[in-house]
Amino acid sequence: MNWLIEFFGDPDNWSGSSGIPFRLLEHLEFSALALLAAVVIAVPLGLWIGHTGRGALFVVLSANAARALPTLGLLVLIVLLVGVGTTLPVLIPLVALAVPPILVNTYEGIRGVDRDLRDAAYGMGLRGGQVLLRVLVPVALPLILLGMRIAAIQVVATATVAAYVGLGGLGRYIIDGLATKDFASTIGGAVLVALLALAVQTAFTLVNRVAVSPGVSRRVKVR
Amino acid sequence: MITFEGVTKRYADGTIAVNDLHLEVPTAEITVLVGPSGCGKTTSLRMINRMIDATEGKILLDGVDVRTIDPPTLRRGIGYVIQQAGLFPHRKIVDNVATVPYLLGWDKSKARARAMELLERVGLDTALAERYPFQLSGGQQQRVGVARALAADPPVLLMDEPFSAVDPIVRTSLQDELLRLQSDLHKTIVFVTHDIDEAVKLGDRVAVLRVGGTLAQVADPATLLSAPADDFVREFLGRDRGIRRLSFVPADLPLRTDLTVPDDADISKVAGVAAASGLTWLAVVDSGGRPSGWVNAADLPLSGTVADLRLMPYGTFVAGRDSLRSALDAALLAPSGGAIAVDDEGRVTGVATAGALAAATSGIAAEGVGTGRG
Ligand SMILES: Nc1ncnc2c1ncn2[C@@H]1O[C@H](COP(=O)(O)OP(=O)(O)OP(=O)(O)O)[C@@H](O)[C@H]1O
Ligand SMILES: [Mg+2]
Repeated sequence: MNWLIEFFGDPDNWSGSSGIPFRLLEHLEFSALALLAAVVIAVPLGLWIGHTGRGALFVVLSANAARALPTLGLLVLIVLLVGVGTTLPVLIPLVALAVPPILVNTYEGIRGVDRDLRDAAYGMGLRGGQVLLRVLVPVALPLILLGMRIAAIQVVATATVAAYVGLGGLGRYIIDGLATKDFASTIGGAVLVALLALAVQTAFTLVNRVAVSPGVSRRVKVR
Repeated sequence: MITFEGVTKRYADGTIAVNDLHLEVPTAEITVLVGPSGCGKTTSLRMINRMIDATEGKILLDGVDVRTIDPPTLRRGIGYVIQQAGLFPHRKIVDNVATVPYLLGWDKSKARARAMELLERVGLDTALAERYPFQLSGGQQQRVGVARALAADPPVLLMDEPFSAVDPIVRTSLQDELLRLQSDLHKTIVFVTHDIDEAVKLGDRVAVLRVGGTLAQVADPATLLSAPADDFVREFLGRDRGIRRLSFVPADLPLRTDLTVPDDADISKVAGVAAASGLTWLAVVDSGGRPSGWVNAADLPLSGTVADLRLMPYGTFVAGRDSLRSALDAALLAPSGGAIAVDDEGRVTGVATAGALAAATSGIAAEGVGTGRG
């Protein structure tokens, strides 16, 4: 507790390029970039595979491969290959981490839509793309968002490794704290990461509220 | 008109679902496809809107081979109703109904107005329009499914066991509703069911399919019931074929008008009427002309009026409208064995005696083929 007061009470920790706001922004920046890249890759792929049924094996394989992938190891490898100083080395492992949950959930969400519903949509005269975008996606949206949420939380937590290769983010408090035996900094950093994960969770709950149709979430005001 | 010309469907695994089907589905009529599970009803239906493509043969829609029409375009012109309604859960009821109008590019307010009109047409409260499908009962969802299929006013309607997932009471009301709608709309309807009662109730024509996807018989319901083509059809029609057939025979019964007494008549008058008619069971009629029961003249007290007598239960049928089955049903309710004929206002027009009913039913059996629909 004292460590927390020490960490959060220190005015130096609230300003400048090693202050909390700055580090938080850095952290958010590569987390968001990684998540965005993962969404751009995994959502269309998951939609396509779920809709056409082609390449389902690929989803399973990539999910397993990614689960076995050591993020830190990958990070070190990439740094060795491309060198330190750019954000790219951090982004690649984070994207690799974020793609599988999004891909798997998007795929499962689309594939899991009731056959009769899909059938009715085609039967009404919707074309393939219309069936996907107007029916399957809205119905699968809770699962798609769940995949993104899992990915976002993992990314936010794992982005601390950026600090290992000299990049910023909240990981710096943890790593630097460990290196200098400044446990207040380590714990403060860990708490910040946890709070951020919580904030991400909350943000997704809100997005879910707004984006998912009440008819799907079955959340409708009683009148 | 929809014409199947030697249509065969062989699935990839070799299953022959439909085998050389020749069938005409007349315009503005309900044609029912009926048969045991797996006989190819759904496959036949879905080949019409190209949800499935035939392996051999042709399906013509008003003379045009459906294979020459791009499937989504074809389907927008054909209403399609399935068993589980298949409503879009993320859309409000009104938007579900307006699906095809939206696809056809109608403007939103016109499409919605049309949807509201259809909700009313299928017997739904328009207050349901702003709800989501999960907030509706199964029967209501099915009505929405019918409204959605009708939204763009397609000339053809395909219905695949649309009422089989709801309870029997709701099913009956949905069937009645469909017949009522059809009497205004005159759509060309292909209706799939495995329930023979539903088939004879709804169909102008009934096509019976057998497993292996061949047509066993196609006929109007009365003909089907009275002259099944073979043992398979006979067995499929089931045990109550005889009694069901009477639904298609109008109750053209000789009515006796000398078998009624007013409910305030004196006992002596009752005895007089009975003696004059030669029969003991008389129908009691109230001052408004409506039936109030039967009395047995063989069992009269010495004095008093009809009001002192215990009246026996009775049943009625509308002469000139109801079927022989309804008249028989009315007779079965009464110890007299007779049925009281009434007009549309419920006023007594005469009495069909037990003897007259017996003569009518034995006449039908002799005649073989029933006449018209009840
Ligand atoms: N996609 C498919 N692949 C292979 N065989 C199929 C396929 N769809 C249906 N069948 C087979 O074709 C036959 C006819 O099926 P269909 O669904 O048309 O029957 P049905 O008369 O509608 O039956 P039910 O009353 O059970 O709905 C069945 O033997 C069925 O197993
Ligand atoms: Mg079927």
